[in-house]
Amino acid sequence: MSDTAAGLLQVGLLLACLAAVYRPFGGYMARVYTSDKDLRIERATYKLFGVDSKVDQTWAVYARSLIAFSALSVVLLYLLQRLQHWLPLSLGLPNVESGLAFNTAASFVSNTNWQSYVPEAVMGHLVQFAGLAVQNFLSAAVGIVVAIALIRGFSRSRTDRLGNFWVDLTRTVLRVLLPIAVIGTVALVAMGVVQNFSGGHEVTSVVGQTQTLPGGTVASQEVIKELGTNGGGYYNANSAHPFENPNPLSNLFEIFLLLVIPVCLTRTFGLMVKDKRQGYAILGVMATIWSAFVVLATLFEVQGAGSATQAAGAAMEGKETRFGEWASTLFAVSTTGTSTGAVNSMHDSFTPLGGGVPLFHMMLGEVTPGGTGTGLYGMLILAVLAVFVAGLMVGRTPEYLKKKITAREMKLVSLYILTTPTLVLVGTSIAMGLATARASILNTDSPHGFSEVLYAFTSAGNNNGSAFAGISANIPFYNTALGLVMLLGRFVPIVFALALAGSLARQHPVPVTPGTLPTHKALFVTMLVGVVLIVTGLTYFPALTLGPLAEGL
Amino acid sequence: MASNLPGSVRQFGVALRALLVFTAILGIVYPLVMTGVAQALFHGNANGSIIKVNGKEVASDLIGQAYTMDSGKKDSDGKAIMVADPTWFQTRPSASDYDAKASGGSNLGPNNADLLAAIEERRKTVAALEGVDPSQVPPDAVTASGSGLDPNISPAYAALQVNRVARERSLSVEQVQKLVKDITEGRTLGFLGEPRVNVVKLNAALAALG
Repeated sequence: MSDTAAGLLQVGLLLACLAAVYRPFGGYMARVYTSDKDLRIERATYKLFGVDSKVDQTWAVYARSLIAFSALSVVLLYLLQRLQHWLPLSLGLPNVESGLAFNTAASFVSNTNWQSYVPEAVMGHLVQFAGLAVQNFLSAAVGIVVAIALIRGFSRSRTDRLGNFWVDLTRTVLRVLLPIAVIGTVALVAMGVVQNFSGGHEVTSVVGQTQTLPGGTVASQEVIKELGTNGGGYYNANSAHPFENPNPLSNLFEIFLLLVIPVCLTRTFGLMVKDKRQGYAILGVMATIWSAFVVLATLFEVQGAGSATQAAGAAMEGKETRFGEWASTLFAVSTTGTSTGAVNSMHDSFTPLGGGVPLFHMMLGEVTPGGTGTGLYGMLILAVLAVFVAGLMVGRTPEYLKKKITAREMKLVSLYILTTPTLVLVGTSIAMGLATARASILNTDSPHGFSEVLYAFTSAGNNNGSAFAGISANIPFYNTALGLVMLLGRFVPIVFALALAGSLARQHPVPVTPGTLPTHKALFVTMLVGVVLIVTGLTYFPALTLGPLAEGL
Repeated sequence: MASNLPGSVRQFGVALRALLVFTAILGIVYPLVMTGVAQALFHGNANGSIIKVNGKEVASDLIGQAYTMDSGKKDSDGKAIMVADPTWFQTRPSASDYDAKASGGSNLGPNNADLLAAIEERRKTVAALEGVDPSQVPPDAVTASGSGLDPNISPAYAALQVNRVARERSLSVEQVQKLVKDITEGRTLGFLGEPRVNVVKLNAALAALG
C-alpha cells in the first residue's frame, strides 16, 4: 500500500470511530446535563460539599463558584509541589522551586499543561497522580460546564438562572470523564502503556550498559491527559515516549480520545437547543478547518523543506519511526486544534511551514474542535460574531438561536475575542524586548527563534501547552509571564462567556421569521469558517510573517 | 460589594470541600484501583514489557538502547567517546543518548546549522560502518527521534546493516536476514503508522543465538 493510501485510511478510521460514537455519546452528555435526578453517590458528595443540588445559580454566582474552585486548585497544587520532598512517593526528589511550582500550578489548573520542566527529574509520583492528574480531570470539567452554561443561555429564556456549578462539575467528573478514563486506562495498558509505582527499574543491556527504566501511573494519567485535552506528559517526551504511546494503535486511540468530547459536545448542543441541525453546522465548521489543516501539515512535512531536512532525506528529526510523518502530523493538528498540547513528535523540528500549521491552528483560538467545552463555547461566540457581521451586511437585526444579539452581547463577544490575542502579542513583544528572555531561544540562527517565543505565548494564551520545545522556558521571566498569561487566558474569557450566557438567558425568544438568517445551512457554515480565519488572520498575520512565513517562503 | 462577602466566603468553603473530595476520588482511589487492575490483568505491560536473554533482564522492548563501545578516545571534557559496536544492529541517533530518565528530542529547527552538520557527519559515519555509498543511508539513520528512546528503525536501515552484522558475528547473511524478517512489523492493520524493525528485540534474538 502506498504511503498516501495508508495515511488517508488512517485518517478515515479516526473519522469513522468519531462518527460511530457521535450520536450515542453526544446524546448521553445531553441527558447528563438536563436530567433532574442525582445518582446516590452524587447526593453523598453534595452533602460533603454542603450544597443544595436543586438550587440554580445566576451567572455571577456560577462564575464566582468556578473562580473560587480554580483559585483553591492553584493553591493546593502549588503546595503539593513545594512540599513534595516531605510527602510519600517523592522518589527522593527535592521540593519544586517556587517560580516553577507557580507556573505548573497555573498551567494544570488552566487546562494548559505547559511544562517548563523535565518531569522525570522534577515531579515525584505523588505530585503526578494526586496533583497533576486530578487537575487533568477538574480543569477539563470546568471547561465543559462553561460550555453547558452557555448552551443554557440559548436554550433557556426569561430566567437569570444558568444551573448549578457544583452539580454540573460533579456530573461531568463522575458520569462523563471517570467512566471513560477507567475503560481507557485498561485499553492503554493492554496496548503496552505502563502503570506501576516503580521508582526506576534497572536493566543491563546485551552490551553490558545499564539503563534505568522509569515507572509511574502513566496509563491512568495518559488517558485523562488526552480525554480532558490537557496534554501534560508523564515524561518529558510526552506522547512520543514509548511508555506513553507505544504503537500506532495506541497513537490513534489517543488522538480519538482528545477529539471525542469536543466533537460530541456539538451533538449535545444541538439536542439541548432542540435543533440538531445547529450542532451539525458547528461541527461542519470545525471539521472543515481541521481537515484542511491536516492536509496542509502533512503536505508540508512530506515535502520536507529546510536545509537540514533535505540533508536527512525526510522530515524525521523529532519523529518516531513507528509513527512517521502521517501519524505525527495527524496528532499535531489534533492536539493544537483542541487545547491538548500533547505531542507525539517535536514540533520545533517540523519543516518551516509544517510547524507553522500547528502554530496557526492554535491561533484560531482552539475551536476546531477545541478543548473540552472551551472549543464549543469559543465557536459559539464566533458564531454570534458571524451572525452580527451578516446582520451588518444585509441590514437586519442579528439573531442567533432565537436570541437577539444586542449591543450588550456584542460587547461581551468582542472582549472575549480580544483577550487572548492581547495576551499573546503583548507577551511576545515584551519577551522579545528583554535580553534575558531572548537568551532562552535555542534556534538563534534564523526567524525560527522568534517562532519559539511566539509559539510559547500562543500556547499559553490559548491554554494549549505544546511548545517549540527548544526554548529554555524554566527561567523566572517565562515561569511568571507564561503563568499569568495562562491564568488570564483561561479565566477572563470564561467570565465573559458566562456573562454572555446570563444575558442571553434573560431574553424572550424572538420568533423565527422569513427574515431570520438560517444558521444551520451551508451558507452560514461557510461564513463562520470565513470569520474564524479572517479574525485570526488579521490579528496574527504580522507576527506570523516574522516567524514561520519568513523562514518558509 | 459587602453584601456579597458572606456568599463568597461560603463559595470558598464549598470549593475547599469539593477539591478535597475530588482529590480523594481522582487522586487516590482512581490511580490505586487502576494500578491494581493493570497489574492483575496485564502484568508484563504494566511493568514496562521487560525482555530477558538467558534469564537476565536486558531491556524493555519499548525503550531503545545504545549498542556502542568505548573507542578508547576521550572528548574535551574527558568523557569516553562511544562508537557503534559493529556486532550489533544500531538504533537511531538519540538526543538523550538513550538515557531513559531524560527523554526528549533535539528540538533543532529544520534550517539549524548544527543539525545540518550533525546529519552530514552521521551520514558519513554510517556509510563508513556499513561500507556503502552515503546516498544509501536512510533518513531515520541520521535523525534523532522525538523521544530519544525510539526502539525502532526503518526496514531500509535494518537491511543496510545485515551484511555487516553477519560478517562480524560469522553468521550467514540469510540467517541474519531471516531474523530481521521475523521481527519486522508492517503497518498495524495494514495502514496505521509505519513499517519498522525493533532493534531491541532484534539484538536480544542475536544475543540468544550466542
